[in-house]
Amino acid sequence: MTSSDMMLHPGLLLIAGGILLAFVRGSARSALAVLVPAIALFFVWQVGDGIFGRVGFLDYQLEFVRGDRLARVFATIFTLMALVGGVFALKQESRIEVPAAFVYAGSAVGAVFAGDLVTLFLFWELMAVGSTLVIWAGGASARAASMRYLMVHLFGGVILMAGITGHVASGGGLAFEAMKADSLSHWLILIGFLINAGAPPFSAWLPDAYPEASWSGTVFLSAFTTKTAVYVLLRGFPGTEILIPIGLYMVFYGIVYAILENDMRRILAYSIINQVGFMVTGIGIGTEMALNGAAAHAFAHIIYKALLLMSAGAVLYRTGKRKCTDLGGLFQSMPLTTICGTIGALAISAFPLTSGFTTKSMISQSAANEHMMFVWLLLAAASAGVFLHAGIKFPWFVFFQKDSGMRPKDPPASMGWAMIVFSAFCIGLGCYPDPLYAILPYPVDYHPYTGAHVVSQLQLLLFSGLAFFLLLNYLKRTLTITLDLDWFYRVLGPGVALGLAEGVASGLAAFGRGAVDVFGSIRTVIFRHYGPSGVLARTWLSGQMVLWVAILLLMYLVLFYVPD
Amino acid sequence: MHWLVRPENIRKLWIGFIAILVLTVLAEFFVESHPHFGIDALPAFNAWFGFIGCVILVFGSKLLGMWLKRPDDYYDKQ
Repeated sequence: MTSSDMMLHPGLLLIAGGILLAFVRGSARSALAVLVPAIALFFVWQVGDGIFGRVGFLDYQLEFVRGDRLARVFATIFTLMALVGGVFALKQESRIEVPAAFVYAGSAVGAVFAGDLVTLFLFWELMAVGSTLVIWAGGASARAASMRYLMVHLFGGVILMAGITGHVASGGGLAFEAMKADSLSHWLILIGFLINAGAPPFSAWLPDAYPEASWSGTVFLSAFTTKTAVYVLLRGFPGTEILIPIGLYMVFYGIVYAILENDMRRILAYSIINQVGFMVTGIGIGTEMALNGAAAHAFAHIIYKALLLMSAGAVLYRTGKRKCTDLGGLFQSMPLTTICGTIGALAISAFPLTSGFTTKSMISQSAANEHMMFVWLLLAAASAGVFLHAGIKFPWFVFFQKDSGMRPKDPPASMGWAMIVFSAFCIGLGCYPDPLYAILPYPVDYHPYTGAHVVSQLQLLLFSGLAFFLLLNYLKRTLTITLDLDWFYRVLGPGVALGLAEGVASGLAAFGRGAVDVFGSIRTVIFRHYGPSGVLARTWLSGQMVLWVAILLLMYLVLFYVPD
Repeated sequence: MHWLVRPENIRKLWIGFIAILVLTVLAEFFVESHPHFGIDALPAFNAWFGFIGCVILVFGSKLLGMWLKRPDDYYDKQ
C-alpha cells in the first residue's frame, strides 16, 4: 500500500471501532458509537477510483480495495446506516450487540470495496459472524434462531468458496468482475450470492432470524446482508436473465407471507425479501437504467426499512409486545413514532414525494423500455401489494385499528432523533433525488415527476388502499405462523435424522446381539479345540509326542523316495 | 374518545377518501400519458389493476394460508 493510496480503510475502521466499543462504557461509548461511523463515512469518500492495497497471497495478488462509483454508493449507505443505527441504539444495554453490529457493517463495507474474490469471501464470512452475534445478543429466545441463521450462511459460504475455487482453477483469475452463469463454478458463485439475498429456496432464514434480535438489533440486520448480496449480484451478474423470475418470485413471496403474518417485525422481514426481489429483477433486466434503479432502490430501501423497524423497535421497547393481535391504538400516545412509521410506510409504498417513488420506479420503467410486458405488469401488481402488506397493514395494525388500551410514551430522545433523521431522508430523497442520482453507477436520464407517473401511481396505491379497507375482515390477524421451506430443515430433517438415528441405534443393537451369538458359537468351537482340555491345547504325553514325530519323519522319508 | 376514532368522523374520512379516489381517476384526463403496451392505455388502468391485484393477492394468500397456517407456538412444540 503506497502512502498516497488511502489513509484508512473505512470498513476496517468500523470493525476496529466496533471491537473497541465492546470495552468502553458510559459517555465514551456513546461518543464512539457516533464518531466511528461518521469518520468511516468520511473515509468512504476519500477512496478514489482505482485499486489500492495490493497484497501478495500465495501466487496471487489480492486487491484489498477497489474504488468505483458502484462500490461508493453501497459503502455510503452502509456507513450512514451504521451511524443512524448507532444513534438509535444508544440506549441498548447489551454490550455485545452494537459492537457486533459495527463489525458486521464494517465487513459489509469491506466486501463492497473488495477487488478480488478472496477478499470478498473473507469479509463475506466475517459478516456472517457479526450478524449472528447481533441476533444472539437478542437474548435467550434468539439463541436457537441465531444458530439456524449461522448454519444457512456457513452453508452459503461453502458453496461460494467452491465456486470461487472452481473459477480460479479454470483460469478465471481472482479479480471480481462481471461473470456469466455459464459454468458450474459460476453457478455456485451465483447460488452463494442468492442465498444471502434471501432467494428461494433459502428465503426463510430471514423472517426466522431477524425478528428475534433486540429492538435495535433488527434495525441493523435489515440493512447489510441482503443489500451486500444485491451489490455482488449487480457487480457479478448484471443482465443474467434467470434473476428476473427469481426476483419476481421473491416479490410475491414477501407479499403473500406478510399478508398472513401476525408479528409486526416479521411482516417487515418478509417485506425485505419483497423489496430485494424488486432489485434482483432490475439486475436481471440489466440495462443501465435498471442497474441504476436497483442501486438507488437499495439505497432508499435501507433507509425506509430501517425507519420502519425503528418505529416497530420503539413500540417493542415501550410495550414489550410484538404481535399485531396485542397492539393497536398506539397513535394516541406515541405520535412521533406513528408519524415516522407512517412516513416509512409511505416511502416503501413509493408514494409521490417519498424516496420509494423516485427510486423503485426506475426498475419498472426499464422493464417498460425493454418491452417486457409481463414483468412490468407483475411489478405493478407487486407495487400495489407492497402498499397492501407494508404500506397500510403495518401502521394500521400497530398504531390504529382497535384500541389495545395501552398508552405507552414515545421512545427516548436518541431513538426519536434517529427516526426523525431517516424520515427526513425519505422525504428529502423523494422531493429532491438529484444528489442520489448523481452518485449512481451510470449517468441518469430519468425524471420521476411526470404528470402521468404521479397520477398512475396515486391510482394504483389509493385503490389498493380501498381494497385493504373493503377486505379488512379477511385480513384480521390470527395467532398463527405460516409454514415455509425452512420446515424441511426444522422439522422434517431433524425428524428423519432422529428416525435414522433410532433406526441405526436399534440396528446396531440387533447387530450387536447377533454378533454376540455368532462370536459365541465361534468361541465354543475354538474353546473345544484350544481350551484347557481341547485336543490341540492339552498337555500331551512324551511318548505320544515321540510317536507323532516318528510318524512325521516316516511320511517325510516316503515322500522323499516316492518321486524317484 | 379520540376524535379520529369517533364514528361520525370515520364516516367523513370515508367520504373524503372516495372523493380523492374519484379525483385521481379524473386527473388522468388532464395529463399527457405515454402507454407502452396497450393494456395500460385502458381507462383508469392503474386504478382497477391495483384494486383487482390486491383482491387476488388477499384471497390467494388466504387460500395458501388454509394449507400452511399453524398455531404460532408450532415450532416450540417440535
